[in-house]
Amino acid sequence: MRGLFVYPELSGRGHAALALLLVALLSVPLWATSYISTVLTIVFYLALVGQSWNLMLGFAGLLSIGHALFVGVGAYTAGYLYARFGLPPLIGVVPAVALAMVAGMVVGYLGFRFSIGGVYFALLTIAFAELVRILADHATFLGGTQGLFLPVSEGDRDGVNLITLRGHPNMFYYLAMGLAFLALLGSRHLLRSKLGFYWRAIRDDQEAAQALGINVFRYKMYAVMVSAGMAGIAGVFYAFYQNSLFPDSMFSIERSIEVTLGPIVGGAGTLFGPILGAFILTPMGEGITAIIDLLRSSGIIDPALRLNGLKLFIWGLMVVLIVLFKPTGLWPWLAAKLGLVARENR
Amino acid sequence: MDFWTLTNAVTTGLLTGLVYGLSALGLSVIFGVIRIVNFAHGEIMVVGMFFALVMFRWLGIDPLVSVPLAGGVLFLFGFALQKFIIARVAYLPDHMQFLLLAAIGIVIVSALLLVFGPDPQGAQISYAFDSYAIGELIVDKSRLYAAAAALVVGALLLGFFRYTLTGKSIRACADNLEGARVVGLNVEVLYALTFGIGAACLGAAGSILLLLTEAHPYLAPGYTLLAFIIVIVGGLGSMAGALVGGILIGVSEAVAAIVLEPSLKAAFSFGLLILVLLLRPQGLLGAPVR
Repeated sequence: MRGLFVYPELSGRGHAALALLLVALLSVPLWATSYISTVLTIVFYLALVGQSWNLMLGFAGLLSIGHALFVGVGAYTAGYLYARFGLPPLIGVVPAVALAMVAGMVVGYLGFRFSIGGVYFALLTIAFAELVRILADHATFLGGTQGLFLPVSEGDRDGVNLITLRGHPNMFYYLAMGLAFLALLGSRHLLRSKLGFYWRAIRDDQEAAQALGINVFRYKMYAVMVSAGMAGIAGVFYAFYQNSLFPDSMFSIERSIEVTLGPIVGGAGTLFGPILGAFILTPMGEGITAIIDLLRSSGIIDPALRLNGLKLFIWGLMVVLIVLFKPTGLWPWLAAKLGLVARENR
Repeated sequence: MDFWTLTNAVTTGLLTGLVYGLSALGLSVIFGVIRIVNFAHGEIMVVGMFFALVMFRWLGIDPLVSVPLAGGVLFLFGFALQKFIIARVAYLPDHMQFLLLAAIGIVIVSALLLVFGPDPQGAQISYAFDSYAIGELIVDKSRLYAAAAALVVGALLLGFFRYTLTGKSIRACADNLEGARVVGLNVEVLYALTFGIGAACLGAAGSILLLLTEAHPYLAPGYTLLAFIIVIVGGLGSMAGALVGGILIGVSEAVAAIVLEPSLKAAFSFGLLILVLLLRPQGLLGAPVR
């Protein structure tokens, strides 16, 4: 399936579009409602996690369906250190990322050392995520099912404090945007480094890569560790943005599937796929909710009607349609249509 | 913990495990032949539960009588799903197939949510609280019936694959796809049949499960994972392995629930899964991975 993974460079027009988009996004808090910037903050967050997931699948060919594990470990570590010892997240991010990478190493070591491949590796990732979810349910020092709450004091929302991650929602907006952008640049850099070439060699033909002298085990481990570390950073952001963490909402299967949806819809194995996917799926979900609310308030739909699930229903249907009709994801198609990428040069 | 407590737990686990095993059989058949991991497994099974629930509420039909009905309806569903949707993505890599089935699962759960709402609903069968006592061993009547029904359906399935021509043809597809084509088997139809049979298994298991627990849409992901664990422990693609794995997980969960905390029993299964993946990735009864 080599054709599914393409990394063409942006064309001149593509760079211009990217610059325009960045300027537009930078100015959003100046003119948009707080609702829009909140939705966009979530979009950036999902783009960041999606980029991390994409690193494993799109670059190294490792399917993770337990990515919530790494996000959750990062979130809980930094959150716990702050809630219990008052350690600011700027420092707490170090152990958080380290622990997320350790989690990645454990999954990776067990998976690769015992050569658990393909579907089995994917199931191993989800098994670990579920195991940790159940353990976190019982970890009283993390609050268990009652949840872990990060202290927030009056006036925290007014200032800007990047050390304790306390401040105005706009601070989180710019932080999430910065992180997502850094993830994009970092991934691009990795892709063009020796590491990136090794990863793709392993992804395309593991045996051939091994025959050429690439230490397959080591480079797969690097892929999981880098990906888990990135997810850990996203987790720290999430912890301090939400201020409350629950095992079921952090580690659940739904969360792990949500992580994979964006990149796959946008185009797994492309640099902009995870970003495009996040930009499509989150606003789509919000849009469906808004339309349902509108139809309700205008009386077209009986307001008393129970509609839990309608949004998810439409959302799931859209994803089914995308897989059936645009299986390479939307980015390669869109980019070619709009001339955003230079002609294939790999 | 005394002898009878343990015996009771093991018996309960054994009987529940047979139902789990039947459900896992549905996953195993599909993976063994079509090589696709059915991520909408639990969702299809919960459809079976709601089918039996509706039959019970509207027509007063016992969930056990619903077993062949639910099996039939879900057979058609599975057949159509494979023929018209899944067959179209056979050329795509694993992760796209995973996403497609996960998305189909989301659609099914949310449809159930729309129709039935989020609250658990059970069938109040007349023999719900009856039980048999042998010494201090107490066996719920409903659980015994459930296990017996699961065993019958499982045996029918094994018989089908062993003795009928269609069953043998399906196994031929699993063993050697190209060979199957060469001798002129209609692989597309056989695949659709296989998915139908797998889904029918889930319909049957879902109906039976309604004797043991209440139905609600959010049960689905948990059942999907449970079936994965069972099938991997028993051996992906091995039919006997699915039943054995079901019993093993059923018993170990029941024992873990009294030895440890009840809510920790699932952690025990995941621990077992990780152990099996590491020590014997082909599963207890599976053939070595090629």
